[in-house]
Amino acid sequence: MNSEDILIKVNHLYKIFGDGDKSALDLVKNGMGKDELLEKSNCVLGLNNINLDINRGKIQVVMGLSGSGKSTLIRHLNRLIEPTSGEILFNGTNILNLTQKELIQFRQNNMSMVFQKFALFPHKTVLQNVGYGLAIQNISKEEWSEKAQKWIKRVGLDGYETYYPGQLSGGMQQRVGLARALSTDAEILLMDEAFSALDPLIRSEMQNILLDLQSELHKTIIFITHDLDEALKIGDRIAILRDGSMVQDSDPQEIIMNPTDEYVSDFIKDINRARVIQAKSIMTPTNTKSSGATVKEDMVLEDILQIMSDAPSKPVTIENSKGNVTGKIEMVNLIEGMKRPKSLGTNITG
Amino acid sequence: MDWFFNFPDMSRSDLREFKKTVDFAFTDFSRTYGQGIEEFFEPLLMFLVWFEKLFINTPWPIIIFSILLLAWIGSRSILIVVGTFLSFMLIGYFGMWEDTMSTLAIILVATFLCIAIGIPLGIAMARSNKVQAAIVPILDVMQTIPSFVYLIPVVMLLGIGKVPGLIAVCIYAIPPIVRLTNLGIRLVDKDVLEAADSFGANYWQKLLGVQMPLALPTIFAGVNQTIMMALAMVVIASMIGVKGLGLPVLRAISNQYLALGLMNGLAIVILAIIFDRVTQKFGLRMQKYRNNGKD
Repeated sequence: MNSEDILIKVNHLYKIFGDGDKSALDLVKNGMGKDELLEKSNCVLGLNNINLDINRGKIQVVMGLSGSGKSTLIRHLNRLIEPTSGEILFNGTNILNLTQKELIQFRQNNMSMVFQKFALFPHKTVLQNVGYGLAIQNISKEEWSEKAQKWIKRVGLDGYETYYPGQLSGGMQQRVGLARALSTDAEILLMDEAFSALDPLIRSEMQNILLDLQSELHKTIIFITHDLDEALKIGDRIAILRDGSMVQDSDPQEIIMNPTDEYVSDFIKDINRARVIQAKSIMTPTNTKSSGATVKEDMVLEDILQIMSDAPSKPVTIENSKGNVTGKIEMVNLIEGMKRPKSLGTNITG
Repeated sequence: MDWFFNFPDMSRSDLREFKKTVDFAFTDFSRTYGQGIEEFFEPLLMFLVWFEKLFINTPWPIIIFSILLLAWIGSRSILIVVGTFLSFMLIGYFGMWEDTMSTLAIILVATFLCIAIGIPLGIAMARSNKVQAAIVPILDVMQTIPSFVYLIPVVMLLGIGKVPGLIAVCIYAIPPIVRLTNLGIRLVDKDVLEAADSFGANYWQKLLGVQMPLALPTIFAGVNQTIMMALAMVVIASMIGVKGLGLPVLRAISNQYLALGLMNGLAIVILAIIFDRVTQKFGLRMQKYRNNGKD
């Protein structure tokens, strides 16, 4: 990964809620945990030494159970919450040093946000909601309504411009929320459990809309969720938070294959491994073609199993996106890969 | 054991001295500044007089037509418009037209003043907890102190007349609009405000574009209450020289004229009901977007 690709860099970020947060900060830096801190100084540890590099044009997922600090973290990126200590670099400038005016500029131009409970303006129509981010920049009505119109169409709400949010279903409301965030053409999209309040079918539909938009727009998206399936589906990278600390930040495949601790293994224990693990994670590296069929390296095990079941004894050849042979998989690798790891850190790639 | 059965109060002469000091101090104050304060309120008096004259001198059919039009714009209800028409015809038929117009004039001016002062005050309270903590006790005093008690200093300062009456009405009627403006703004959903923040809205954009519109129904309930309380205060204000429906009521009390008292009292009730229904309907229509939601 080369450093030019990093758009946002979070360095040693701490957040402590409560009075006397400065003295509590020293306690935390000396290794005090969340529960002990609450007991000793009546302060709540929100974030504990977070370091995170977010790549331009990628979807960075931040996962964790409720109370793990993920919503706190995302609100630091646009300074809806001020940190106790640390820095957040956007293109090299520390956004914590921005004046109030610069901050407002920054929020108007560089970042927009989608909320879990939609947070639409109930007294504004769909069109006014979507155009809000532009309207407050003193852009003329013709201009903002034209842009808003474009995004309303893009999220499939054509014809609903004059409706009020209260007249729409949850899924439609969140489309408005998404269109509102996209309409300012901000480079960064913050999504705070944006799809968590939707029912599973609509959620999956919204995920597809997002991926579809992303393939075209290449925004830098920070996506908060507590749902691992969602994280695996849309994340280019997944960071896992626990009690305000970063437990793991890596490639989705890496999280499944090599969970760093019990907390992460707990997270991944119920997923359908056959459907998420890709060939490249379990293959034996080699340059020579094997006797069986040839498949791409990002094919999931379930699909490889389909192919191999025709000729179980023949190992399949794995090739990368350019068509070069990179490895092979035998039936025994497949079985190993789908099996849950017995203990922490077990290297099941064999 | 004397102190146990009799409260150890201050001596009579001390008490008399204390009251005298307060009285003299205020008398001195009103002698020194009374003139200035009166001049300060001069424009208000002129406006009030002009407004009252306008109501009384305009031919009654025009007044009724305007009132019906306003009632229709506010309520969009035929029932209320017809009721208003019949009520005003009755009031006029029983010879209370002029008094009713005077009362209407002072109520409207008082309401306008209360809105002009009360809403900014409520906004300031919503913005800062310290301001709220400072203003709430004052509002408590204004709402609970017997109105006759604050009539005394007002009369000492400004004498008898329309302006002191108007001030007395405003002191009595302003608390609800201040409280409800504050409450309405504070009740605006935090998530929605956060959204406005995240898009880079500044304080005024948030206040005027999000908080005030969403607080409007609550603020309007405050306006409604303010009008009701102003109407209730009109009778008491007539003791210090406010013309209108209160004056005949006062005369009726001192002379035991039952019919006169009832007629004018009921005219006040009718005004109150019309104001209340029209403003309530208007308030409901303002939050139309809340009512036809699916979930």
